[in-house]
Amino acid sequence: MASAHSTRSVKVVTEALDPWQELAAYQSQHLTAGKFGATATFVGTMRDFNEGDDVTGMTLEHYPGMTEAQLQRIIDEAQEQWPLEEVLIVHRVGPILPGDPIVLVACWSAHRAAAFEACRHLMEALKSRAPFWKKETLADQSHRWVEKNTDGYHA
Amino acid sequence: MAIKVKCFASMREYLDLSEREIGIDGISTVADVWRAVAGDKPMPDNTLCAVNQSQANAAFSVSSGDEVAFFPPVTGG
Repeated sequence: MASAHSTRSVKVVTEALDPWQELAAYQSQHLTAGKFGATATFVGTMRDFNEGDDVTGMTLEHYPGMTEAQLQRIIDEAQEQWPLEEVLIVHRVGPILPGDPIVLVACWSAHRAAAFEACRHLMEALKSRAPFWKKETLADQSHRWVEKNTDGYHA
Repeated sequence: MAIKVKCFASMREYLDLSEREIGIDGISTVADVWRAVAGDKPMPDNTLCAVNQSQANAAFSVSSGDEVAFFPPVTGG
């Protein structure tokens, strides 16, 4: 289910996220065939390891309202920087398991440079600025907050 | 009127506070809001603040009706 604060280009969902279904649905609803030549997508999926430990589950928390607003600001900035036809960001919250998709970022543009570059930029901006937090469950059933995201450009 | 205070993730656990309303008396900045809800607990160095769902710093002015939030560095994606 999408949150009450979701917009056309930003969805925060509490149930299983199928990025390919989201992508197909958005494209058929908001894009016109022939008007775009490039679609770049990023899908983030939960690992079963982090910081050298086995991770068995995770709970994702967000700040309802601010999260969606912040993602929309990030999209607006990208649309000023690159000629994009459309952008879609879908992010999962709540309890998730390894293998579950966490996030989808998709960009449609006339040419590939804008789509590739904007997709990367949006994902890094989301990682550093959108208010989401992860709490991991480890193999011994203990819990720990993920303390910070790595810099994707220098990891 | 009052100020709505929200805390998220490890900050909620640190202050044992999810959401609360406080009176405006004696409150003019985000730092004042922190003292009102945290008492003697220091604000961790990496704390992020938001006023009305936009990022702000501790010196940011607040007024009646505002929503002020405290949270740790974000870890989504």
